[in-house]
Amino acid sequence: MLKIIKYLETKDWGRIFVSLWFIVAQVWLDLRMPDYMSEITRLVQTPGSDMSQILLAGGKMLLCALGSLLSAVIVGYLVAQVAAGLAMRLRERVYSKTMSFSMEEVSGFSTASLITRTTNDINQIQMCVTMGLQAIIKAPIMAVWAIGKIAGKGWAWTAATGGTVLVLVTMLAVLISLTMPRFKAIQRLTDNLNRVTRENLTGLRVVRAYHAEDYQQARFEKANAELTGNHLFTSRAMAFMQPNMTLLMSSLGLAIYWIGLILIDRASGMARLNLFSDMVVFSQYAMQVVMAFMLLTMTFIILPRAAVSAKRINEVLDTRERILDGTVTASPADCQGEVEFRHVSFRYPDAEDDILHDVSFTAHRGETVAFIGSTGSGKSTLINLVPRFYDATEGQVLVDGVDVRRYTQEALHNKLGYVPQRAVMFSGTVASNVTYGENGRAPAGPEEIRRAVAIAQAQEFVSKMEGGYDAPIAQGGTNVSGGQKQRLAIARAVCRQPEIYIFDDSFSALDYKTDRILRKTLREQTSGATSLIVAQRIGTIVDADRIIVLDEGRVVGQGTHRELLKSCPVYLEIAQSQLTKEEIENA
Amino acid sequence: MPEKDEYRRRPPHGGPGGPGRPGEKPNDFGKAIGQLAAYCKKYLPYILAALVLATAGSVLHIIGPDKLSQITDLIAAGLNGAIDVPAAQAVCWSLVVLYLCSWAFSLLQGQIMAYVTQAVSRGLRSDISRKINRLPLRYFDSTSIGNTLSRVTNDVDTIAQTLNQSLGGMVTAATTFVGVLLMMFTTNGLMAVTAIAASLLGFGLMMTIIAHSQKYFMRQQRELGVINGHIEQTYAGHNVVKVYNGEKGAVAAFREMNRRLYDSAWKSQFMSGLMQPLMGFVGNFGYVSVCIVGALLAMKGQITFGVIVAFMMYVRLFTQPLSQLAQAVTSLQSTAAACERVFEFLNEQEMEDETGKTGQLEKVRGDVEFRHVRFGYTPEKTIIHDFSAQVKAGQKIAIVGPTGAGKTTMVNLLMRFYETDAGEICIDGVPTGSVTRENLRSQFCMVLQDTWLFEGTIRENIVYSKEDVTDEQVVRACKAVGLHHYIMTLPQGYDAVLGDNASLSQGQKQLITIARAMIANAPILILDEATSSVDTRTEALIQSAMDKLMAGRTSFVIAHRLSTIRNADLILVMKDGDIIESGSHQALMAQGGFYAELYNSQFEQAG
Repeated sequence: MLKIIKYLETKDWGRIFVSLWFIVAQVWLDLRMPDYMSEITRLVQTPGSDMSQILLAGGKMLLCALGSLLSAVIVGYLVAQVAAGLAMRLRERVYSKTMSFSMEEVSGFSTASLITRTTNDINQIQMCVTMGLQAIIKAPIMAVWAIGKIAGKGWAWTAATGGTVLVLVTMLAVLISLTMPRFKAIQRLTDNLNRVTRENLTGLRVVRAYHAEDYQQARFEKANAELTGNHLFTSRAMAFMQPNMTLLMSSLGLAIYWIGLILIDRASGMARLNLFSDMVVFSQYAMQVVMAFMLLTMTFIILPRAAVSAKRINEVLDTRERILDGTVTASPADCQGEVEFRHVSFRYPDAEDDILHDVSFTAHRGETVAFIGSTGSGKSTLINLVPRFYDATEGQVLVDGVDVRRYTQEALHNKLGYVPQRAVMFSGTVASNVTYGENGRAPAGPEEIRRAVAIAQAQEFVSKMEGGYDAPIAQGGTNVSGGQKQRLAIARAVCRQPEIYIFDDSFSALDYKTDRILRKTLREQTSGATSLIVAQRIGTIVDADRIIVLDEGRVVGQGTHRELLKSCPVYLEIAQSQLTKEEIENA
Repeated sequence: MPEKDEYRRRPPHGGPGGPGRPGEKPNDFGKAIGQLAAYCKKYLPYILAALVLATAGSVLHIIGPDKLSQITDLIAAGLNGAIDVPAAQAVCWSLVVLYLCSWAFSLLQGQIMAYVTQAVSRGLRSDISRKINRLPLRYFDSTSIGNTLSRVTNDVDTIAQTLNQSLGGMVTAATTFVGVLLMMFTTNGLMAVTAIAASLLGFGLMMTIIAHSQKYFMRQQRELGVINGHIEQTYAGHNVVKVYNGEKGAVAAFREMNRRLYDSAWKSQFMSGLMQPLMGFVGNFGYVSVCIVGALLAMKGQITFGVIVAFMMYVRLFTQPLSQLAQAVTSLQSTAAACERVFEFLNEQEMEDETGKTGQLEKVRGDVEFRHVRFGYTPEKTIIHDFSAQVKAGQKIAIVGPTGAGKTTMVNLLMRFYETDAGEICIDGVPTGSVTRENLRSQFCMVLQDTWLFEGTIRENIVYSKEDVTDEQVVRACKAVGLHHYIMTLPQGYDAVLGDNASLSQGQKQLITIARAMIANAPILILDEATSSVDTRTEALIQSAMDKLMAGRTSFVIAHRLSTIRNADLILVMKDGDIIESGSHQALMAQGGFYAELYNSQFEQAG
């Protein structure tokens, strides 16, 4: 939590300092009021006092109330700005930091967790600062001051107040410690209930095909009963809060009067009148003391939660980026579009073993190099080293003859057109998705967009969409199908006019026919660009200039489809599982 | 078929909320609340009891100040002489009883309402879940999962909160309001008017602020939604943002959104922060007004000092319920909106009741016949116009076509997930419409491409809803699909819980669903071949498992694999939802139509 505080700016400290004085003023004014009350009481009780005196005292009290309100408004104004400002700066820092992460750091945190850290955790901090700043400063001042005011006016009264505070704090503590674990459980059980429902919804066809409606309902009821049980416990416990609090406050009021009754009965003369007005005033101060302690208790509830959020935010901010920029911005002109792996090995952080062992190959300008192998053979990992999602553990990855680590990331990325396994769509339009990002050149014009969309075999469905190129794309591309998303993602890469294309299993969401036509057009229209293709289907890569077969991170074969069928047993095995005998023989 | 919508989180409720959070507005407030009331009918005695208790509790609460003022009067009267201590103490004791009763009443009311609330929300959740399984698939194909999910949790939670807090609170507030009003007027008319005037003044001020702050809350909510959306999509597409050098652009856009959010965030926070001090001021203002007028009257000898003390309390009691009621109105609005969504769902048209159906499929051989089937997902657009075909028991039917051609339509019709518009499908000569869905579906086993498993043990996932399945059968099925060995390597074997400690590869999950189909052991099979997400070795395993499963069953296969297609007895070629060609591989190739083109395109060498 303290670490977060350092993100407050000087201006914020100024605001907090000013608020501090206004809070003090507010407490002072709040505590002045009972004085006037007692004066009014005294005046009313004393026969023959002047009406104007009462009016004066009343006016002063009203001024105090107004002043207190004004201070509160000012404090609220300043604190709101401090809290929202802090949240804004934190949010931006966390966001920029996350955007600068490489895949390594992102997968270390997990995307979902990073999202919560940027949204909910920061909201949590904002809330804590708003409530905390006021409560933490105000409660102790108020408690001490109010206690000071009533101290010495009668030990019995003080004892009654002290006792009430003690009971109140104990009650709150007991209630909170009883319900806190249950509240956490509720969170978990709600997720559980959601999961069961979601399972039912995603598997509707299976559920119905197997006539498992009752089975699902039974699962749901179990989750529902658990959740309801916990809810019932917490609401029952919390139902004690309000009545108990009311009882405590009322009892304190009664106790003060009762004690007053006895004290006054024992006293005599003027002392009686003084005791009487003291009693009235005391009952007011006593409430303030109790309120102050309640406020304090509240802060103790908020603080731990905010501290957890703060820790999570700091974890992001304190993470050091592993992938650092180089200095090279331009590559030698004579070897554009060349990718070379020199004895590259790679190991994931915290992994026991290398996932890539000593991989070497060169893709020359205009060549298509394909990678195939079973799941876990390291195909995707291999091409992730080119855009520096990760850096090689050993060996070198060279693009255009220069080690990728020596480029600025921007310069390196300008050479690349990358299409991931799962197409990523951003909310916007078809055109904004196709022209996404920067490539160091002027933004693509309508002609270029049209060409890219046509090459990606997307013109047909794009023209059918309402608005064509300006048709809206929803967040995550939920309004287009998987195959359409994939084609738009390919159009995005084409539109960039890169030297090197990287297709990470980008064709499997397409049917064979579209896949084939697309690759053919791509080949004709983008000659001169190098392509690195990861594929599962042999059909996708039969025509590659070179196929690299990976098995458990090692290169076990390099060559064309025909060569590999003869020379590489692993490749033959893959081919046999996908092709018929004739097709293999006819190759 | 419409695309599945991904569940998306609702934007979180505007972070630091506060009084006056903007509620969604219901379309018909009265109807929504009426539906909720009707739903709560069986708890009516409880609710009535709670309301009576709440009323009683607050009445006692109001009598309190009156008693306190009696004490004050007794002391004041005796200031210059002898205090009537026994009388005062008697009042004190009566107050003790009063407070204790009041405490007991409101505690009891709280407990009853907690029970009712939880019983109602549990019931609502159960009903929603049950409803899910009674609605036709058509409904879900056009509604996102997130939408339905949020009804089960968010909306029911909103309703529960209102029931728990607002209902009791509102009754208490209303009773207190009326009670205090009554007490004040019976005590002293002029003082009462003073107190009311002072409170209303402050209350008017508060309403203005609430009204004013709504637009900032709304804006904050909107900005939060926008920025969360941006965060989600750029984080999820992190690698693309990076490689396309979109980082700068993304950060710049974020900065702009963030700045706008800051603007609305601090304003709405400031506004909501105003409420409490303002309440305090209204209280103080009322207090001073009452004191001054009281003093004036007391000096004229029209009232006793005790009356002033009583009014000091009344004024505080009077301002409280006003703001409570104001807040309850806002929360009632969002509750009504939640009710609308929940009851709208519960009142959706269910699938046709089939209790009267007498047809029965028994000992099915597996002959399937399509007779002039016509079908469209919407009435305006018929996609299958007039389809007829005959399939003999044990035959294999391949359904092929490009992506998005509507291959699952056939599954939908066979299983009666959707009903045909005209014509019929017969199994062993019995029209499927004449038997219950349950009876029909028990003739099918099904393996879909997106493997569906739930969080439970492997055994539970395989046995699923089938009853009286022995462990032996499970093991046999797993051995048949080649999973047994792997399962035995898991720490808990067949009792390993999926999702927690057992992570299965995509291929293994597929094998489990095949084992599930084997256990179901129905005469007709529906199979959706996976396209390409598994490695070659598992692929071979799946292939052989599927072959075993198909043996002796009439099989409808949504086919991607050439061998499957070529060996099929009948191929249905689909395009744009309709079946445009059908026949055997040879016949279709000879025909030289769409199928031939599709088939050739796959292995024709490029360039």
